[in-house]
Amino acid sequence: MSTYSLAPRPQAQVWELPARGPVAMISLIIGESAIFTIFVVAYIFYIGKSLSGPTPQQVLEVPWFNTICLLSSSFTIMRAEHAIARGAMTRFSIWLTATITLGVIFLAGTAQEWHKLIYQNGLTIRTNLFGTTFYSLVGLHATHVVVGLLMLALVLGFALAEKLGQEHAERVRVLGLYWHFVDAVWVVVFTVVYVLGR
Amino acid sequence: MADQSIPYPGTLAPVETEGGATLLEKLHSWVITVDHKRLGILYVVYSIFFLLVAGAEAICIRIQLARPNNHFLDPAVFNRFFTMHGTTMVFLVGMPILFGFANYLVPLMIGARDMAFPRLNAFSFWLTAFGGLLLYFSFIGGFGLYGMGSAPDVGWFAYAPLTARAFSPGHSTDYWALALIVSGFGTLGTAINIIATIVSMRCKGMTLRRMPLLPWLMFVVSGLTLITITPLTAAQIMLLIDRYLGGHFFDTQAGGSAVVWMHFFWIFGHPEVYVLVMPAFAIANEIIPVFSRKAIFGYSAMVAASACIAFVSISVWAHHMFTVGMTSSSNAFFTLSTMLVGIPTGIKIFNWIATMWGGKLCFATPMLFCTGFIFQFLIAGLTGIMLAVSPLNWQLHNSYFVIAHFHYVLVGAIVMCIFAAIYYWYPKATGRMMSEALGKWHFWLFVIGFHVCFDTMHVPGVLGMPRSIYTYEADRGWGTLNLVTSLGGFIQAIAVLIFAYNLIVSYFRGKPAGNDPWDAWTLEWSIPSPPPEYNFATEPEVRSRRPLWDLKHPEDPDWRYDQ
Repeated sequence: MSTYSLAPRPQAQVWELPARGPVAMISLIIGESAIFTIFVVAYIFYIGKSLSGPTPQQVLEVPWFNTICLLSSSFTIMRAEHAIARGAMTRFSIWLTATITLGVIFLAGTAQEWHKLIYQNGLTIRTNLFGTTFYSLVGLHATHVVVGLLMLALVLGFALAEKLGQEHAERVRVLGLYWHFVDAVWVVVFTVVYVLGR
Repeated sequence: MADQSIPYPGTLAPVETEGGATLLEKLHSWVITVDHKRLGILYVVYSIFFLLVAGAEAICIRIQLARPNNHFLDPAVFNRFFTMHGTTMVFLVGMPILFGFANYLVPLMIGARDMAFPRLNAFSFWLTAFGGLLLYFSFIGGFGLYGMGSAPDVGWFAYAPLTARAFSPGHSTDYWALALIVSGFGTLGTAINIIATIVSMRCKGMTLRRMPLLPWLMFVVSGLTLITITPLTAAQIMLLIDRYLGGHFFDTQAGGSAVVWMHFFWIFGHPEVYVLVMPAFAIANEIIPVFSRKAIFGYSAMVAASACIAFVSISVWAHHMFTVGMTSSSNAFFTLSTMLVGIPTGIKIFNWIATMWGGKLCFATPMLFCTGFIFQFLIAGLTGIMLAVSPLNWQLHNSYFVIAHFHYVLVGAIVMCIFAAIYYWYPKATGRMMSEALGKWHFWLFVIGFHVCFDTMHVPGVLGMPRSIYTYEADRGWGTLNLVTSLGGFIQAIAVLIFAYNLIVSYFRGKPAGNDPWDAWTLEWSIPSPPPEYNFATEPEVRSRRPLWDLKHPEDPDWRYDQ
């Protein structure tokens, strides 16, 4: 039999487990990453395989301004998270508005880019493989930006209606995780589409 | 085993309400429920329904193939049936039933009152359910405006370019893609929920090293699901872009590649096998120790092996594609990685045998099914190793040998464990025992039918009979073998009907089960059967892997042996 002492080992006094919100969001992000991976792999695989033009070299311009806007929105939402954690609701609303504005600027930039591609360069999703993979990958990302913006706008609505307080800091943090993910994906999409693919 | 009930501290008697609820009220309460137990039961009932439907399709396929030059089915209907059989069994039977068990059991086993996100849970179930309805609605709605075919008929792996608009006109393929996207999101939601539940909702004292193996494996499976189902969703989105928006992902005439679809499909398709089989392992992990009256052998090795299988399984997909013409280095890589899976799986088999070794074995129906599972899973693994050898695979690929191999896994291992699980946890869910006599009939008929059917099926494969063929000539010499295979199919069908009868009759006439009919050790047996809505009146606190053992044997509790 055992030589261990009969008394049970003292239980740890505090029994704390990770909060469920961030755990679920991280799981969702892992799943979403797999979706993006497949689209990115398809994009890379089909680089230069189009049978007809236009090619990325001819029509794509690097969207520097857009990229800077989207990436800095990660910083503004971080400020917003800090603000709500400390209960500074006015500052929270300001930083959140800044985040939303930057996101909207990004979307507007994408819309402008697509408008130019479609009407000036004649590139649609059915033109060639480049068009198919480009609009799918960038469109998938833009869809995520739209979803993120809708949720941020919802939070802003609650904040302006003064229905939001310090106790919701964790939920905002979960939303922030999603927004950081959307930004991180853009880094990958940017690298693949505008650096490798051009 | 004696019907003893040991009250866990703080357990209350169930509160009887629902005295005069009308049928409509009862149905309504099931539709709006967010209780993990009810959703678990809904999942299981839904899957059993589709098991019978897809089983009926399989029987039609077997009747068609029983004789050479048979015309029992129309060729187009035959294509629809094998497509629907495969799709249904994987997406509407296998996944939902296993997630149903996870839903029902994980919170009970980790001492939680519900899943982490009850409403997400209900949402996921209804998504999955509507995915299934959408798929089967194609039999009616698939004709669309075109009058071209009804249900999907492109095979369950739907290789391009067959799925292109030009070759699959009408809506049948769209139903297939949309149904899988919808149920895929349901699965994703459930997987996220299970992970969050296991990470964040464990009761006091339940460290990861004390968690029962079923939640552990469900945790691994859910993690694998996150990165497995999503590539399929991505590929389906691409397919829909091709079909609706005129994209060229899989359009070979515009420079697209059909092989890319194969890769994307099998990046999902192979880990999916492990998503299905690991819950079966999880079930065996719970049942075998209880009926061997021993603690599980090699707990840590089991957990490590499961994680190992999950990791290796995402790098083996192209063993479905040896005949496509890959480079020899890819062939070598996928041969070796596939064989690598055999190592952790072998560890598991040895652990189960070591658990049974020297135990006081009690062959109640759940244990019978688990014993059959170990034996059949071993053989399925061995033919798997054969198929992993790429030169042999060139010979056997897409023959009935492959069909026999994966049915050995899916039926011989997974379905057997599902039956075991239903016999084992039915008393918990309904408060009544299932009939042992009918259970034994079910088991023996099913095992005999299984071996008659699927052992025989290997042979026409070796003789060169390809899969998915409508019929064959008499001079091929496959006639008798196919007849025997079909006979085995019928025997299994009878066994399943006995099972269905047993399920229904036991619900009304089964012996009352009590809290703990099997004298088991995990938390779900500490509460009444069926459990009250809140599961545990007070949150339990555990000190070892077998909290109920500790209560029943205060003179020799598990926590004495450092865990």
